[in-house]
Amino acid sequence: MEQLVKLGTRHYLAISFIAIFAFFYSKDSLVATSVLYTAIQFALPLALAAMVGVMCERTGVVNIGIEGTMLISAFTAFFAGAILKNTVQGMFIGVFTGAMMGLLLALMAVSWKMDQIIAGVILNILAAGITSFYYRQNYSIPSTLNPIDLPIVGAWPILGPILSFHGPITYFGILFILGLWFALYKTSWGLRSRAVGEHPSSADTAGVSVTKLRYVNVTIAGAVGGLAGSYLALEAVGIFERGFTAGKGFTALAIMIFGRWNPMGAFAAALFFGLTQAVTNQLMIDEVVKIPSQFITMLPYVLTILILAISAGKVRPPAAEGIPYEKEKS
Amino acid sequence: MKTLLEIHEVSKRFGSVIANDAISLAVNEGEILALLGENGAGKSTLVKAVFGLVKPDSGVIKINGSVMESGDTAAAISSGVGMVHQHFQLVPVMTVTENLILGDEPKKFGVVNVKKARAEALELSEKYGLHVDPDAIIEDLPVGMAQRVEILKALRRDVKLLILDEPTAVLTPQETDELLEVLRNLAKRGVGILFITHKLREVMAVADRIAVLRGGKLMGTTTPNESSESKLAQMMVGREVVLRVKKTQAKPKDVLLAVKNLHVNDDRKLEAVKNLSLEVHAGEILGLAGVEGNGQRELVEAICSMRPRLSGDVLVKGRSIPNMNPKAAHLAGISHIPEDREKHGLVTSYSIADNLVLNQYDQAPFARGWVRDLEKVSSNGEALVEKFDIRAPGSSLTAGSLSGGNKQKVVVARELSQQLDVVVAAQPTRGVDVGSIEFIHTQLIAARDAGAAVLLVSAELDEILSLADRIAVISNGKIVATFSAQEADRNTIGRLMAGLAS
Repeated sequence: MEQLVKLGTRHYLAISFIAIFAFFYSKDSLVATSVLYTAIQFALPLALAAMVGVMCERTGVVNIGIEGTMLISAFTAFFAGAILKNTVQGMFIGVFTGAMMGLLLALMAVSWKMDQIIAGVILNILAAGITSFYYRQNYSIPSTLNPIDLPIVGAWPILGPILSFHGPITYFGILFILGLWFALYKTSWGLRSRAVGEHPSSADTAGVSVTKLRYVNVTIAGAVGGLAGSYLALEAVGIFERGFTAGKGFTALAIMIFGRWNPMGAFAAALFFGLTQAVTNQLMIDEVVKIPSQFITMLPYVLTILILAISAGKVRPPAAEGIPYEKEKS
Repeated sequence: MKTLLEIHEVSKRFGSVIANDAISLAVNEGEILALLGENGAGKSTLVKAVFGLVKPDSGVIKINGSVMESGDTAAAISSGVGMVHQHFQLVPVMTVTENLILGDEPKKFGVVNVKKARAEALELSEKYGLHVDPDAIIEDLPVGMAQRVEILKALRRDVKLLILDEPTAVLTPQETDELLEVLRNLAKRGVGILFITHKLREVMAVADRIAVLRGGKLMGTTTPNESSESKLAQMMVGREVVLRVKKTQAKPKDVLLAVKNLHVNDDRKLEAVKNLSLEVHAGEILGLAGVEGNGQRELVEAICSMRPRLSGDVLVKGRSIPNMNPKAAHLAGISHIPEDREKHGLVTSYSIADNLVLNQYDQAPFARGWVRDLEKVSSNGEALVEKFDIRAPGSSLTAGSLSGGNKQKVVVARELSQQLDVVVAAQPTRGVDVGSIEFIHTQLIAARDAGAAVLLVSAELDEILSLADRIAVISNGKIVATFSAQEADRNTIGRLMAGLAS
């Protein structure tokens, strides 16, 4: 629990600072709330993708294939939704695809003890290849997933319009992040997972199966990546294009590091990312600042580099990350 | 008395090496059995077979009278066998409590019951008199404390037979004494203890019975009363071992190494060496005694130019050594046997021959200009492997494939074969078996007799007392007293090491 307080403060401060700034700047509650609403929409796929990283790396498996996982899941979710003419079914197929990508990573990283960076690259190339090759134009899904008008919360002043009327994946995603945080720090699954990511042989000698836990966690993480991909295709945009995820899976890794491998920390970091983007968008629309739109699209990447530069050497990844576990040979 | 563990004719072979050759042993309730042997004698293999980590080729292991399935760790654990591994099986970033409960957590609906776990941890440490803070993070604990957690972990699972694999190799003398006390208490409570070591003094102090292994065979069992340190050493090594090194009176000459008003910080940027001065003469061994963590490591690294000196000077033959330049220190005549041989002494993935020229690979005769002379490197390797009794089939093997004692011999061979003016030896025999210790000690004396100034830093007071011509005691970053070997007295030095005025 100390993790939340210690790691969060910095992020919460940054967020509230920008929030207050945006709020006062606009002097217009409608704009201010819509900026924050958009921030959540920008933040969610990043946050979910960062959870993939958290779940994998906490058990000691590096996953740089999040980008590919999201891309191919967005692809299958969209085309399944379009062909079946059912967005919800498309979403489940997206999630399933993600789980399969996770399973593939587990197979390569845990069973075959491959270099995990290369395993991740394989996922990315596989996804980029399949989605470009089978991409077809002129498909469309019946509709995006329907936003939910939250009862009670929706009527709150200020917070209502920010928190209400998001899609189902958004709400599920937020609950999942909270649940993951709780599970990681409060349950025996979490204790064992963290032990496996830090010092697998101690877990092994205590009777915890390192292989099994890594398989389970990496596969579930893949499903979460699938959900993030589905969100992009079915809830946020409603279309699919080549290279659709635009590096979000990599940005998510920076967010995970910024959040110090803590689900809540990563969530806060993702909100910070989303907010920055939403505020800049608003500034552009208002034509307060006249910068070419290319600079705006650059923003997430610039932020990623900045964050990685700032946190380099200061953060401490799980100790056993990236190292295949071998039982003591004797 | 009930027999807890029976080992019948257990054999295990790895390739062409027979690790265990039809060994039969028994451990009773409440008994401490010390398993003594050199590195590679088969001690670890035997206890791993008991714990189910190794599958013996033949033989039967019975615990509490029932035959154990071979190679089944879970079954060994559930029938009451606990093992304290040489490399701690603890998660460094987690608390003591978390480590204790890992794998068998008290929980409600999958949620860990932290309160209950903590109470359990406290109760356990009370019960056995092993005091540890249940909320402390493992990596912040000193080694001795971490080891207590390891023992508690085993005790939590109702252990009847506790196996300890070289538990004292990493401990300071004080921590060792505490551990031996803990083992005695556990034995009084009826726990059978199988204790692997190659330190004779501990065996004599704590064991009820002693089993000696050599080359995979059981050489016999004895008791401390029927035996003596030198008899045990002979059983272990198979020949007579000189425990106290024979040496002639030192003939000190000019000062070769001088340290003047040295100030050095440790890794946490706290002052570790405080205005320290010392001198070592040609042809003498200055023993630096002290409890670990009193500035020895920082001092040694500053002398060898591996750690920045804040102020003060290190002089070899009156010439100052530049700061933070290990190569210059070596060229000026300092050879360094580092405390951590794996980290600073060897490149484990390089061959033995390459490791033997690690600090002179670019100098004649091992290089001509830009080009290395691999033939010279290899012939030098073969010669030193022979001369320094490094037990390896050849010098082209990687250094990492050697046992601890032989790794250390590689470092010693490299550093002492060059006959430099100053030898700085930090914990040169840590984790090394009796035969190799004897050899390394002889080599240090030989270096002294050849006219080198030797600075010996050791946490083993016995080593200092038997080797040094002069003894300096370091405490809290300062030299608190200096004795000649004749006037040195174990108790006085022990008190000074502990920071008490004599």
